[in-house]
Amino acid sequence: MRIGDYKESYSADEAVFVTPTSRFWLGVLFVCLALFPFFAGEYLLYMANITGIAVVAALGLNILTGATGQISLGHAAFVGIGAYTSAVLTNRLGLPLLLCLPLAGLASAFFGVLVGAPSMRMKGLYLCITTLAAQVIFEFFFVHWESLTGGIRGLNVPSPSIFGLDVGSEFGFYWVTLIVVILAATMSRNLFRTRIGRAFIAIRDRDISAELMGINLFRYKLYSFAVSSFLAGVAGCLWVNHLKSITPEHFPLHESIRYLAMIIVGGLGNILGAIYGAVFMTLIPEALSAVLKFFEGYFPQAMAYLYPLQTVVFGFLIVLFLVFEPHGLAEMWCRVKAYFRLWPFKH
Amino acid sequence: MDFFLLLLTSGIAVGGIYALIALGFVLIYKATSIINFATGEFMMIGAYIFYTCSVLIGWPAIPSFLVVMAGAGLLGLMVEKTILRHMLGQPTISIVMVTIGLSSILTGLAEMIWSSDFKSFPPLFPRAPIIIGDLIIRSNLFWGFVVAMGTVAVFALIFKYAKVGVAMRATAGDQMAAFSMGINVRSMFTLAWIFGAIAASIGGLIIGNIGGVQPNLGGIGLKIFPVVILGGLDSIGGAVLGGLIVGIIENLAGGYLDPMIGGGVKNIAPFVVLVLILMVRPYGLFGRKEIERL
Repeated sequence: MRIGDYKESYSADEAVFVTPTSRFWLGVLFVCLALFPFFAGEYLLYMANITGIAVVAALGLNILTGATGQISLGHAAFVGIGAYTSAVLTNRLGLPLLLCLPLAGLASAFFGVLVGAPSMRMKGLYLCITTLAAQVIFEFFFVHWESLTGGIRGLNVPSPSIFGLDVGSEFGFYWVTLIVVILAATMSRNLFRTRIGRAFIAIRDRDISAELMGINLFRYKLYSFAVSSFLAGVAGCLWVNHLKSITPEHFPLHESIRYLAMIIVGGLGNILGAIYGAVFMTLIPEALSAVLKFFEGYFPQAMAYLYPLQTVVFGFLIVLFLVFEPHGLAEMWCRVKAYFRLWPFKH
Repeated sequence: MDFFLLLLTSGIAVGGIYALIALGFVLIYKATSIINFATGEFMMIGAYIFYTCSVLIGWPAIPSFLVVMAGAGLLGLMVEKTILRHMLGQPTISIVMVTIGLSSILTGLAEMIWSSDFKSFPPLFPRAPIIIGDLIIRSNLFWGFVVAMGTVAVFALIFKYAKVGVAMRATAGDQMAAFSMGINVRSMFTLAWIFGAIAASIGGLIIGNIGGVQPNLGGIGLKIFPVVILGGLDSIGGAVLGGLIVGIIENLAGGYLDPMIGGGVKNIAPFVVLVLILMVRPYGLFGRKEIERL
């Protein structure tokens, strides 16, 4: 049983992975992730890819909403901006994937700062509604700026390649997604060990106190919007290169809500939570459809209820987590770990 | 000029209905400081209850209407007792998300019960269009406006004169003071949800009567945000004014700009105006600046 705190140096205190055990299991996780594509079929790889893309987007929203406390109902629009930027850059200028990823992120970050600018003067509900307005307005441009976005028919992009190596297949793209996910998670984790990240958390906890302590609220809120939409843009770029086509229907308000649900179910402001939440919320619809397939034998119309049932379960997950487990899956996981660590003692 | 007047009148008529739905939002926000993203779904459920009573069971309009009010009130009561009661004092994000989750549940349930097909009501009002001078207004729109304004007036009178209304205003003003004056603050919260749900469901009934009902009807609920931001989150008069302004802006933008750009302007115009207003006045046109203390 682990008791006490035996750190003897600052570097030990600041380490991300405190114990050898956690380092060991992280290693195991990496090995599993690296071996996964060699055993998984096309469908599992597809699921892994869309989960990874959702993780990147959720990590971004987690920085803005979870850590800085600025509610955004427009995250899907930023993912969309990244996706369209990437598609346009690929189609018109023929830029490779590796260049598109950061450029799509920067384009999204630019618009993120634009949307975040009103946060200088408002917060809470008013800011939330401003981001809702941004979502509606960006969606309008996706549909109606036909010369650039292709309107409702959307855009198609060629199969992506890196240094001449085609990564358009599910197998090839898995590695791209995996590397981006690892980079995004590492960046998020380290962000909160710097002044900027800690300023974000101070703003969330009490903005006026943060300002009194010398944090320039406006500047740091803009940083938060920028970093968050940068990750959204990168996720969008991955999205378009994975599906090889986009239409405005991919980025509705409902998608923004889904990202919010991910970070809430996972645990607000928690990086592992954002990852758990993204994985969980992406897999739930699949699990539901598997359950309904099972019941189809008994009730032939079961599949007709799939879509509404998904909507209901989605709503119930949000409500139940908020009412009973406001700190999300990450907290549940901590409790499970603590239980086993302290076993057989209760406290 | 005729075209302008036509757009203006239909804008006012639609705006009156928005005002009623926004009232459903304001009643809840005023008493409990909870931002209800499920207002649109309350609307949709109200319309479906009316559809069930009048079409599936075949009752006449008045009893169906009473059932809608009872059903909506019950829904508001249940939602408050089971979910929102636990959320008091939680951060904004939790409250926003819990009502969004609620709206998702209601949409899904409606689709399971009534299917996603389009349903329309039997005609409620006389068919003949209303003619005022040179203007011709669709009868559904005109009578919808009349009913909406009537409902808003009833609620305004309740708030102004009835004992319950005064108690609710007192609760909204200062919970502690209201509590010490012997007002049952908890039951005021419940009552606010019941009133809010009823106002929204009557709005849903009117909209369903104009354009039919389907599970996505609740999407119209998003339009109340420009309305309430314009009008101030906690003022009934503001909701009416905001509703009318949004209705007019929407119709004028739709009438003049849509042919130039090719559709869709009608839906985003209120949001563009909303952003512009928030840039200049971050607390809305009639909202008060909150003073915060540490």
